[in-house]
Amino acid sequence: MTTHSRTIAQLAQGLRRKEFSSVELTKLFLARIQASQPVLNSFISVTAEHALQAAQAADRDLASGRGGPLAGVPIAHKDIFCTTGVKTSCGSRMLDNFVSPYDATVVAKLKTAGAVMLGKTNMDEFAMGSSNETSYYGPVRNPWNPNLVPGGSSGGSAAAVAARLAPAATATDTGGSIRQPAALCGVTGLKPTYGRVSRYGMIAFASSLDQGGVVTTTAEDAALILREMAGFDPNDSTSVDVPVPDYVAGLNAPLAGLKIGLLKEFFEKGLDPEVEKCIRAALSVYGTLGATVREVSLPNLPLSVPAYYVVAPAECSSNLARFDGVRFGHRCEQPRDLMDLYKRSRGEGFGAEVKRRIMTGTYVLSAGYYDAYYLKAQKVRQLIANDFARAFKEVDVLIGPTTPTPAFAIGAKTSDPITMYLNDIYTIGANLAGLPAMSIPCGFVQGLPVGLQIVSPQFGEERMLNVAHLYQRETDWHARVPESFK
Amino acid sequence: MNAVKEAGAGGDSGWETVIGLEIHAQLSTQSKIFSASATAYGAPPNAQANLVDLGYPGVLPVLNAEAVRMAVKLGLAIEASVCRHSVFARKNYFYPDLPKGYQISQYELPIVAKGHIDIILDDGAVKRVGVTRAHLEEDAGKSLHEGLPGVSGIDLNRAGTPLIEIVSEPDLRSAKEAVAYMKKIHTLVRYLEICDGNMQEGSFRCDANVSVRRRGAEKFGTRAEIKNLNSFRFVEKAINYEVSRQIDLIESGGKVVQETRLYDPDKGETRSMRSKEEANDYRYFPDPDLLPVELDDTFIEQVRKTLPELPDQKAARFCAQYGLSAYDAGVLSASRELAAYYEEVLALGAKEGVDAKLAANWVMGELAAALNKEGLEITASKLSSSSLAALLKRIADKTISGKIAKEVFEAMWASGASADAVIEEKGLRQITDTSAIEKAIDEVMAKNPGQLAEYRSGKDKLFGFFVGQVMKATQGKANPAQLNDLLKKKLPG
Repeated sequence: MTTHSRTIAQLAQGLRRKEFSSVELTKLFLARIQASQPVLNSFISVTAEHALQAAQAADRDLASGRGGPLAGVPIAHKDIFCTTGVKTSCGSRMLDNFVSPYDATVVAKLKTAGAVMLGKTNMDEFAMGSSNETSYYGPVRNPWNPNLVPGGSSGGSAAAVAARLAPAATATDTGGSIRQPAALCGVTGLKPTYGRVSRYGMIAFASSLDQGGVVTTTAEDAALILREMAGFDPNDSTSVDVPVPDYVAGLNAPLAGLKIGLLKEFFEKGLDPEVEKCIRAALSVYGTLGATVREVSLPNLPLSVPAYYVVAPAECSSNLARFDGVRFGHRCEQPRDLMDLYKRSRGEGFGAEVKRRIMTGTYVLSAGYYDAYYLKAQKVRQLIANDFARAFKEVDVLIGPTTPTPAFAIGAKTSDPITMYLNDIYTIGANLAGLPAMSIPCGFVQGLPVGLQIVSPQFGEERMLNVAHLYQRETDWHARVPESFK
Repeated sequence: MNAVKEAGAGGDSGWETVIGLEIHAQLSTQSKIFSASATAYGAPPNAQANLVDLGYPGVLPVLNAEAVRMAVKLGLAIEASVCRHSVFARKNYFYPDLPKGYQISQYELPIVAKGHIDIILDDGAVKRVGVTRAHLEEDAGKSLHEGLPGVSGIDLNRAGTPLIEIVSEPDLRSAKEAVAYMKKIHTLVRYLEICDGNMQEGSFRCDANVSVRRRGAEKFGTRAEIKNLNSFRFVEKAINYEVSRQIDLIESGGKVVQETRLYDPDKGETRSMRSKEEANDYRYFPDPDLLPVELDDTFIEQVRKTLPELPDQKAARFCAQYGLSAYDAGVLSASRELAAYYEEVLALGAKEGVDAKLAANWVMGELAAALNKEGLEITASKLSSSSLAALLKRIADKTISGKIAKEVFEAMWASGASADAVIEEKGLRQITDTSAIEKAIDEVMAKNPGQLAEYRSGKDKLFGFFVGQVMKATQGKANPAQLNDLLKKKLPG
């Protein structure tokens, strides 16, 4: 197997066995990134200098037998995570000039574990989008077909891992932003339980829904990375003080007796029949592993998209108020007065989709509308969470498609935000309920990857990764690499 | 504007004033409410603002547990319900000194609800004032305009400083009541050691909601909110001005509009800042970055154990234990430090006959006047409690008279010398030796035969003349009671 197609588990082993140095690995991936940029545009910043320095340090650590579990392993960070001394743009013109003075907790933890940062991946502006077309830095292209979108908002992370430009990339998921691009790019995407991973230093879109996670090629790698990323952070009050299990240790637990719930609502209208075939085929694999499948219904789940598009914009309208041209970020030229400073700095700094959501959010929080929209959406959210809780009394994990269709053409949905929003119809529920969820590759439709979604009860990552890993032991969908990036 | 109409106070104007206060007390925590920055006053601009205070991308607030403890203390002290579940909300508006574009405050579910405070009115009656709620919030920064031509500076040192906003019911009926209420809260927060009460530095300030209505009317009038009053004097003046303005306005056929007003202390008037129509829609919603504050009984009881003796409890004890009047007890318990000083004087002097009333008179009289004259707090008194006790002992044991003691006090205050040293140095020891006083009386009688004859022929008024002459001869040191007795014996012959 080519070095760049190795998993993190294999790379870490190779580094310890001195098959290659971290500097060699880093140079390899940096070269691949550089070569791919004109086609894929999956990075906003490539931090070669930083990376080589970190790789040298990692090599010294490895030579002396020190170094964390990820010592010398190159990875990429979604440009939503603050990284000291490096531009952290969040895909926006607003932060095009923003160099973070601090590291996000996730970045610091992975640094401590020994990972080497290659650069910052492209993303939808402020993580608002499902196609990576809202980025100020231009769209990311799907490695399986450059005319198609990679999904979003973590499109850069998913495309980079799919094209083997990095063995793993951090990502964030507010309504499907890890799982949907993972599905569309044929990689493994993990969104942990809300509160499992610190949000400190992760630029907020919708605070009650945002969760950091990772895109990898395998569930085993996701387990390796999550083990380092997860944990309580005193800087994030919403992170939860629950011990972090050894996700890797549990990967091979047998699935005999596993009860899988098939989400009835996901197989109703809108699902591409070819995608459905892939999902059904995956279920039969689980059957051979000893799992049983039953259909479960989450009657309120169809309300998840409208509820989400009230709650998320509401929070975003407030979270993005700090970008006012006063202390950091874009400031308009020669403001006449304060109002002019606000209007032009924000008008110029934010793109159309961000503005649309700020306007929607401002509206639903306004006096006289709050009860009808925001409060009602929060109630719906609770109903959806209750639906999930009820389902998990009957089954261990829920399984269904990640997206209704495979990747679509760049530009196909940009003029119709509602159609675009419906892309996240299967993923939003887990965010509203704060549940861990994954997408793993489970087949191809006309040469495009299809994602299988697994949803677990809160803090059920261990079992979920185990369920994903055993499927990947039986199949090789996750090991397929797009032709041009082999 | 006419002279102030004391609506509500006199009751003769046909108008009743209705006032509610929102007091902002800065909690004296070491660090800010949601960040680890220091809260000390007077640092160079932005020296005490970290990434959280600056609202940098990606940062998150973490609640300071000490601020919660202080809020609970206040809640318990005003016999309020301390809410087991309270929620921080975001109040959204744009302003340069508000880094995040929202202020974290509490809205629908505050930490303290429904308490009360008793104030004493001029006629001695006790009035109970309802406290609607008290909630925790962060302060904003400051905009600086001086010395920066053409631009505004922003100092975010104050941004994130913990505040507790104490909202009263519209129970107050005059500016005087409002001031009495505000003073009472001021006393209380300092007793509880949750606020330094420094009004010049803005640690304790209030907004006043003021309206007027025809006496007997049930509905409240339209209110105006006067913002940011940072002295008791301004509160009184601003409210009185506002009451007059509203009455004049209505009486001349106008209407009060709901608005926010600012008090200009130089001109002594309030002026409109923004109307209700221009008011922000703050789009409050629960802050998703912070968990609800959940308090259990154990925690609340732990906090209760840390409560000091409260002002009302102390005043009641002073009445019962020392036999003081309610007024004296109220004055002496108005600050924890003053009360402590008083009790120290008493403890040191009691064995030697210094009684509670004598000590109270001196602390509230000479000492308070001296402090006031120099603008000193009791903690900065030039006379320690033991020095004052030593002086009072000399009154109690009749070494000096009360009148002489005032002279001694002044000398002690000026020089820092002890009472005994001043008495010795100035030779102020009272003459209690009967034969010495008799001798002085005999001399005076011998020098004034005419007056003596007149007295003996029935002119009783001349008794005072002889008292004066003997006092003069003894430089005021003769014991007045003894002198009185001896003169009565000797003058009739």
